[in-house]
Amino acid sequence: MRLSRGGYLIREGFRSIGTHGFMSFASVTIIMACLIIMGSVSLLSVNIDRLIGDLEDQNEVVAFIDDKYADEEQARSFQSAIEAVPNVSSVQFVSRTEAFENFMENYTDWMREGLDETTLRHRYVIHLTDIALMAQTKEDLKAVEGVADVRVHLEYADACITIRNVVSAISLVLIVMLVFVSFFIMSNTIKLATFGRREEIAIMKMVGATNGFIRLPFVVEGLILGSMGGSLAFLAEWVFYEMVTGRLVGSIAGEFFTFVPFKEVAPVVFILYMGTGILVGAFGGVNAIRNYLKV
Amino acid sequence: MVRMNDVTMVYESSGTVALDGVDLTINEGEFVFLVGPSGSGKTTIMKLITGEVHATSGSIIVNDFDMVKIKRRKLPKVRRTLGVIFQDYRLIENMTVYDNVAFAMRVVGASSRDIGKRVRYVLELVGLEGREKRYPKELSGGEQQRVAIARALVNSPRMIVADEPTGNLDPVRSLELMLLFEKINQMGTTILVVTHEKELVNALSKRVVTIDSGRVADDQDGGLYFNYEVE
Ligand SMILES: Nc1ncnc2c1ncn2[C@@H]1O[C@H](COP(=O)(O)OP(=O)(O)O)[C@@H](O)[C@H]1O
Ligand SMILES: [Mg+2]
Repeated sequence: MRLSRGGYLIREGFRSIGTHGFMSFASVTIIMACLIIMGSVSLLSVNIDRLIGDLEDQNEVVAFIDDKYADEEQARSFQSAIEAVPNVSSVQFVSRTEAFENFMENYTDWMREGLDETTLRHRYVIHLTDIALMAQTKEDLKAVEGVADVRVHLEYADACITIRNVVSAISLVLIVMLVFVSFFIMSNTIKLATFGRREEIAIMKMVGATNGFIRLPFVVEGLILGSMGGSLAFLAEWVFYEMVTGRLVGSIAGEFFTFVPFKEVAPVVFILYMGTGILVGAFGGVNAIRNYLKV
Repeated sequence: MVRMNDVTMVYESSGTVALDGVDLTINEGEFVFLVGPSGSGKTTIMKLITGEVHATSGSIIVNDFDMVKIKRRKLPKVRRTLGVIFQDYRLIENMTVYDNVAFAMRVVGASSRDIGKRVRYVLELVGLEGREKRYPKELSGGEQQRVAIARALVNSPRMIVADEPTGNLDPVRSLELMLLFEKINQMGTTILVVTHEKELVNALSKRVVTIDSGRVADDQDGGLYFNYEVE
């Protein structure tokens, strides 16, 4: 009896789903659609995040060494002090000679007139861990002995941060909305099942079945619908993502972006889809039966 | 066993005072008829016993459970000590006679082996042996009510509460059913029956409690139907 009970519940779940074939189909489809929209928005935001991360890495901070320390050996001696500044992830020394050569390569003749390497200063090219703290780090760098000036692109950093925040906020709002929509549809599908079996439910209550026992078949039904929606959505997302990124890689966009490969995010996507499907299903089931269990 | 003390029941939705200070004690092993005019509060008393509605004031003890203080999740415990029967049988149409009765045991977690034995026993007790594979639609009204009685009995309740169980039956079937209740009572189960069957009540000579306008108007052993004059 104990052993066969699980099997019995799952059979009952499928039987009930079959009885309300159209609504079950509709709720699986809607959960799938919601998950795919949620997933695509999240994957888009993952890609944007990665893209911005790449851009941020290109956003260098340059610390110029005071002319007092014209000797290269002297200028190099500040490396460890700069590395010790909070939020500094990497430091690279560039001598005035190297900087000058670089400059000469990149600018046209008339700009180069009258310049020699003493015009430029020794400098450190610095990458930050978190560009959101750029303004503070600039001040910290300025305070380092030997550093005359620090050049940062604050507007650029702010823009990156704003884009990131907006993208996460939009995805979050969409996800919350879609979870509610799925939950609502799921709950109503299972309400149909409870309505069809209201007499059985009344008799169960009358003879003293516990609420947990009465609820169980409907929760199982929700779990089945939810995991069907979750797994189908995962497969569909996979195909969709490969298709879209495949097409973009071949186009002009592919020149600028590298996309996160689906395989890299597949386990997370799978767990999130199944988890959301299962939770929406279980809570949909619990919610659908709630009114019957009051008395 | 039922012990009601000064029970008042007001239905919130309509403001109707259905019961107005009811005192009623039914001891273990008794057979009681509950009679009275339509709308006097008989069904309300049954519903208070099964915990379907909650008293506005007063105290109610059912089979040692305090129905006023009881937590909702404890209600199944009380209900397992009661067998409930309605006028309209309330059988599940797409289940056989056997399954209708077995269902009541399954949903309280009985083992298949116990179910098989017990269901056959109660079906024989109510005179339905050989009808196990029929569906409710294929049975007469009297037979359907016997299935409902078998279902009420199958979990060995301490008390049977029946609200107008013979309301849809002809006099001969009604008498048979009352005699079946008498047999069940003699086996030790307390019986509370709401009925309008004047002849049967008078013939069976049991305790008769008369309800009128939400009060106990009369209560006599071996009493008569409307011994109390309803104006
Ligand atoms: N659910 C309800 N909501 C409001 N009023 C009700 C409800 N059930 C019963 N009543 C009222 O309570 C009174 C007693 O009803 P009831 O107990 O069903 O009487 P009886 O079973 O003796 O005919 C009646 O006036 C009835 O209209
Ligand atoms: Mg009534």
